[in-house]
This record gives sequence, structure tokens and C-alpha cells, in this order.
Amino acid sequence: MKVLVAVKRVVDYNVKVRVKADNSGVDLANVKMSMNPFCEIAVEEAVRLKEKGVATEIVVVSIGPTTAQEQLRTALALGADRAILVESTEDLTSLAIAKLLKAVVDKEQPQLVILGKQAIDSDNNQTGQMLAALSGYAQGTFASKVEVSGDSVSVTREVDAGAQTVSLKLPAIVTTDLRLNEPRYASLPNIMKAKKKPLEVLTPDALGVSTASTNKTLKVEAPAARSAGIKVKSVAELVEKLKNEAKVI
Amino acid sequence: MILVIAEHENGAIAPATLNTVAAAAQIGGDIHILVAGQGVGAVGEAAAKIAGVAKVFVADNAAYAHQLPENVAPLVVELASGYSHVLAAATSNGKNILPRVAAQLDVDQISEIIAVESADTFKRPIYAGNAIATVQSSAAVKVITVRATGFDAVAAEGGSAAVEAVSAAHDAGKSAFVSEALAKSDRPELTAAKIVVSGGRGMQNGENFKHLYALADKLGAAVGASRAAVDAGFVPNDMQVGQTGKIVAPQLYIAVGISGAIQHLAGMKDSKVIVAINKDEEAPIFQVADYGLVADLFEAIPELEKLV
Repeated sequence: MKVLVAVKRVVDYNVKVRVKADNSGVDLANVKMSMNPFCEIAVEEAVRLKEKGVATEIVVVSIGPTTAQEQLRTALALGADRAILVESTEDLTSLAIAKLLKAVVDKEQPQLVILGKQAIDSDNNQTGQMLAALSGYAQGTFASKVEVSGDSVSVTREVDAGAQTVSLKLPAIVTTDLRLNEPRYASLPNIMKAKKKPLEVLTPDALGVSTASTNKTLKVEAPAARSAGIKVKSVAELVEKLKNEAKVI
Repeated sequence: MILVIAEHENGAIAPATLNTVAAAAQIGGDIHILVAGQGVGAVGEAAAKIAGVAKVFVADNAAYAHQLPENVAPLVVELASGYSHVLAAATSNGKNILPRVAAQLDVDQISEIIAVESADTFKRPIYAGNAIATVQSSAAVKVITVRATGFDAVAAEGGSAAVEAVSAAHDAGKSAFVSEALAKSDRPELTAAKIVVSGGRGMQNGENFKHLYALADKLGAAVGASRAAVDAGFVPNDMQVGQTGKIVAPQLYIAVGISGAIQHLAGMKDSKVIVAINKDEEAPIFQVADYGLVADLFEAIPELEKLV
């Protein structure tokens, strides 16, 4: 079966971002960018499904600027067969992304679509669910285990109280949680081979999708800073401070 | 009019519902609650007692058991017309269901709001809480998840809302519940606890968490963990505090053997008082701790347990 994986180019998870002085957003100039960690897990899962003989083709898709080709090449080096970039310089909302992905799903007809559960920049946790709604497919969000058998997929999900397993009819949407797998690294020969794999570039207009939004970001501010704390010398001093100064125990 | 999707478990209203109603009260307007599930009559009655609630819809149907989003989302969409806002707590259920509702309504969702500026403008954290965005929605129906720690819970008693049964049964037939493995704990629920004691990689193994459990039991605290401790298999993942785990804001957060990575701080830095116990005095956790103790946790924790 064909598996579609969506990946996002985001600021590297180790970077501590700074808010711009004019409060228009965070400063991403000269900041290291990477594939969103949850998307790496999504690519890894697709590659494992191919290694198990479940998946026959992996198509990886990203929506974003021209530079997102770097993340698509990374996915190709990890084992994806071909890539699609829907090029847009706009700051798109999850709904717009989901609509664009729906257009790609209609075109490619995958049996399984794997996304990360959230992007570490916007922290929305919406796109997979929205794509499932627009496609009319079932959704297995926050997956820690995925098993395809016949025309259904069993997904174990990380929920607040523990784990829940659901069975979904294919085609279906799965979003990855941290514990689904441990993503591999791309080897140098595979990075070289990835340069020759096909990468198709599309536009929202070519897909006939409107990216209009009902959300508008008015400003972005730095969070309130915590006042500096103190170091205590002993456990006894700590307990004394918690009881008499902070009054929390 | 605001529709709040109730979070419930084991036949009881979950605390996060009370924080979500508090956010709804700040927006203003009549507040209605939807309780969807199977065998949820008692939950509906409990919801009717929540302060400030005008009406409760109870959709009691086998299709809504286990809150499968393929079935619950169409129910919410059907009810949503006529409401200015649809709110749910940013729990695993809320996060699972609400974006599906928003897409079906063709509106953008606003996730995990921490403040209400006006009926159409909200604040939410982005970049693991390193920036706060103010977002305005022009959607006819504003679809929003609420971060429970951003709002003080309303009273669970005192209201007397009318209860109305909803007969609509949406069964998409695309998904089925198979099983669940719920973690059992006698301690307070992590996201609602007044005190949280969390362990990280410094705990070295799962067995050593017994020191934290002993301290937590003395304090009436919940026990959490960093991603490192969960990934190492010390404790189950539902104990993870952080950007991708649970968000907590207790009165007191005690971080033990936790370095304080950005992703962990995202889940606990709104705690009132933060204590860090770590043997590495350069650990980033000390930058957000109100009280820091540079010490070997295996000596400090038993001593702390004795003294509190």
C-alpha cells in the first residue's frame, strides 16, 4: 500500500527562540532549522512499514518555503521514495495545511497518512485531525504503536490516563507520539542517493485550494520572566523556606 | 452562547471541565455543556450542578462510548450551529475531537488558550511556551481548547441547569474501541494536584522512584517525570510533564534529578513555587527554581521526607 507522510520544517528543538522587538513574531533569521521531531518519527514509521513489506511506496509531502526541500531530501535519505513540496511563503494555519494535504491525498490516494502529533513551533496539534475530518477518514492520534492488518489498522494511543487501542478502517490518518519509535539517522550514501529521487513542486493555486484563514495573530510577546530564586544550603533550610517563606507546605 | 464539551471519566466530571467553564464565563454569554458517552446520566446530573451553567445536553449512546472522534465530532458539529463558541479542555480527548469539529465547520481552531482578552481574542503559548501569541478569530463559531492551568476552576456545586437528552446517534462506522490500559494510582491526579514531585534521568532507575512516591505520599502530592525518565522506562508515559506531555501549574513543583530542558520547562514553569534538587549546579533548572538545592538526591530526598 501507499503511505503518505507529512513533514514540517521548524526551528530546531534545541534553539531557545527570541521574540522580535516589534512583537510581530519570533526571530527566525539565522536560526538552525530542522525537521519537526514528530515528523521524523512519522517518516521512520513509514520506512519500517516498508521494511516489513506492508508499505510499497512512501510519498513525503511538505508545505512551506523553497527551503523546505532540505527537509524533504532528509526524508528521502531516510527511505521515502519521492517527495512533493507545496510551495508557499505564507504563514499558513493548520486548517489551510489540512486543506492542501487533502488535495494531495485526493491526488495520491494513499491508504495511510502519517503525521506528527504536533509541530514544536505552533504547538497546535490540529493538522492530522483536520485532515481526517476533511477526508472523512478515521484518525489514530498520539500513536505509540501502529499495526496494519488487512483493510484495517490497529493504533495504540497515548491518552491522559494511560493507553487506548482503537481499530480503524483504511484509509486512515495516524499522528505520531514520541514513543512510537526511535528515528534512524541518514547515512552519507543515502543522502547522496536522495539527491536523485524525484521531488515535485506544486502550489496552492495549482491544487485549487484557498488558504484563507479565520485566525489572525495580533502580536507575539515574551512570557513573563520568573524572578530570580535562591540556592539553599541544606534540606533543613529548604523545608524552613517552604514552610515559612513560601508557605506551600 | 457557548457550548462546552464535558471531559469525564469513570462516570464523573473531570476537573478540567471546571477550568473550561471558567474560561467560558470570562468570554461571557449563556454556557451550555454537552456530555457525550455511554451510561453518562449521572455525569449529566453532575454537570447541571456546575456553577454558571445554564443547560446540559446529554447524548447517551453506544456510539459515543470511549469518545471516538469519528462519532463525537459530527454530534458536536450538529449542535454547534447557534453557538458563538465551542470549547473543550486541552486534554487528550479535547485535542483529539475538537480539530475535527473545527475542520467540519471550516474554521481555524485556537489551541490551548491561557487567557481570554475579549470574546474573539485569546492568548496562547507557542514555541514550547517561549512566546505568547495573541490571536483573534473572525470565525462565526470560535472553536477553542482551553489549557486548564490558565483558569481557576469554577465551583462544581451550586448550579441548577436544565438537562436535555440528545437523541442523535452518529456512528461513522470507521473506527472501533479495542482495549485500554489505564495506569492506576491512588495519588492525586497530576494536572490537578497542588503539589507535584517529579523525577528525571537522575533517578537512575524505576525502582528509585519509590523515594519520590514516599515523599509525595507525605505531602499529598502527585508524581511526575521528565521525558528522559519516561523514555528510559523508569515510569509510564502518562506521568510525563512537558511540551508534549502534561501541563501542570501546582502551588509547589519539586524537580528532582531533572536538568530542565526547554521542553520540560514548557510543562511546569507556571508553577507558583519551583524547587530544584540536582547535583549539577550548572543545570538549567536552577534558572527557573525559586529554591535550588545542589545535593545528591539520594541523600536529600529521604531527609526531605523526614522533615516535612
